[in-house]
Amino acid sequence: MSPGPRLFSILRQGATLIASVHTALDDSQMERFREDLVDRIGRDRARGVVIDVAALDVIDSFATRTLRQITEMARLRGARTVVVGIQPDVAFVIVRLGMDTGSLVTALDLEEGLEYLAARAVPSAGAAR
Amino acid sequence: MTSDQQGSATGGSRAGTAEQVLGDEDVLLPELVAHLREHRTRLRQQWATRIGEAHLLQAMTSQEVMAETTSVYDNYVEVLETGSVEALQRYARDLSERIIPRGVETHEVVGIVLLLRDVLARSLFEKYQRDVDLLNRVLDAYEPAANRIANTVAVSFVDERERVIRQQQDAILELSTPVLPVRERLLILPIIGVLDSERARQLTVQLLNGIRRHRARVVVIDITGVPTIDETVANHLVQTVDASRLMGADVIITGLSPDIAQTLVTIGVDLSKMDTVGDLQGGLEEAERMLGYASGRPDGAAGP
Repeated sequence: MSPGPRLFSILRQGATLIASVHTALDDSQMERFREDLVDRIGRDRARGVVIDVAALDVIDSFATRTLRQITEMARLRGARTVVVGIQPDVAFVIVRLGMDTGSLVTALDLEEGLEYLAARAVPSAGAAR
Repeated sequence: MTSDQQGSATGGSRAGTAEQVLGDEDVLLPELVAHLREHRTRLRQQWATRIGEAHLLQAMTSQEVMAETTSVYDNYVEVLETGSVEALQRYARDLSERIIPRGVETHEVVGIVLLLRDVLARSLFEKYQRDVDLLNRVLDAYEPAANRIANTVAVSFVDERERVIRQQQDAILELSTPVLPVRERLLILPIIGVLDSERARQLTVQLLNGIRRHRARVVVIDITGVPTIDETVANHLVQTVDASRLMGADVIITGLSPDIAQTLVTIGVDLSKMDTVGDLQGGLEEAERMLGYASGRPDGAAGP
């Protein structure tokens, strides 16, 4: 994919992946983010994904669509996704421009997001390795 | 050629008149001022009577009218004498500040100044009626000054009024969209009065920032006190609800009046995603249920 430093990080915490976007991503970086994250879900056998976008002061339609795609792809690979940290102005712009957030699950911040996943975690026998 | 000469001749004579008036002003205005000073008590009394007859300033007592008319009269004469309107401007602003809260209207203020102008003009007529030429020159000197005074007072009054209105608008705007935390993670927004698009915008900003500040998970917007809503505001409300959801908070709207419900259905705003409960009490119960509080029956099996 595109060279250059990665502008996002993906950390594993138990069965949950925490993906933080550090700065505004352009379209190709956004795609790279999607590939990496969906790839990690399989490798780490994650059951939940928290995507933290608190650092973004703009979320455009491409980013919205990508987030929606990640949610769908993660679901197909067995993980729930929650997007956290959308700023007030960003939230209103997303709605104002009529971007379809569809199946996107959102929460206030990382803590809330983790709580959301914990409340819905299915205690699975295969989780212990 | 002839017409040209005629024109220049007329122009010359006009300039002459202007000069004469300028000269007159220097001589006549002091004379005028002296006259007005001399008959101060009588003219002021006349003026006050005229004000009473015209039913102006009825919000004020007769003593107050007397005191104010005296000040206005003295200021008036002073402006005629010095030609400087600044003191009058200050005084008019001051006066406006005092009388606006008591419900004195613009037409009253303009009315009393015009009455004074009339009273003084009449006294000039009386004094100079034997010499029409002199009377004309006196009036030439008097009119512009009097007009400037009337203008100054009226403008000061209106300015002051507008300032008060702006101040009140700001205060109302600040008060209009309170965001109140009732329980942990639960906010209520009681909205009272007409919701126009500016207020709706303010509401959105306050709400979204309130959600982040209080880490709210449920918000109850109570619109019992809102008489009507138009399409723009309704759509704005829907967008606000969606934006709140993106920030992880659910919104419950309570107190939709029959009128508003009818409007919303008629204009076809998509409210399928909106959570609505009949009244504020029901909304709070629903919110507490969503937050996992046992909803409040004291003798029930509610946990701590």
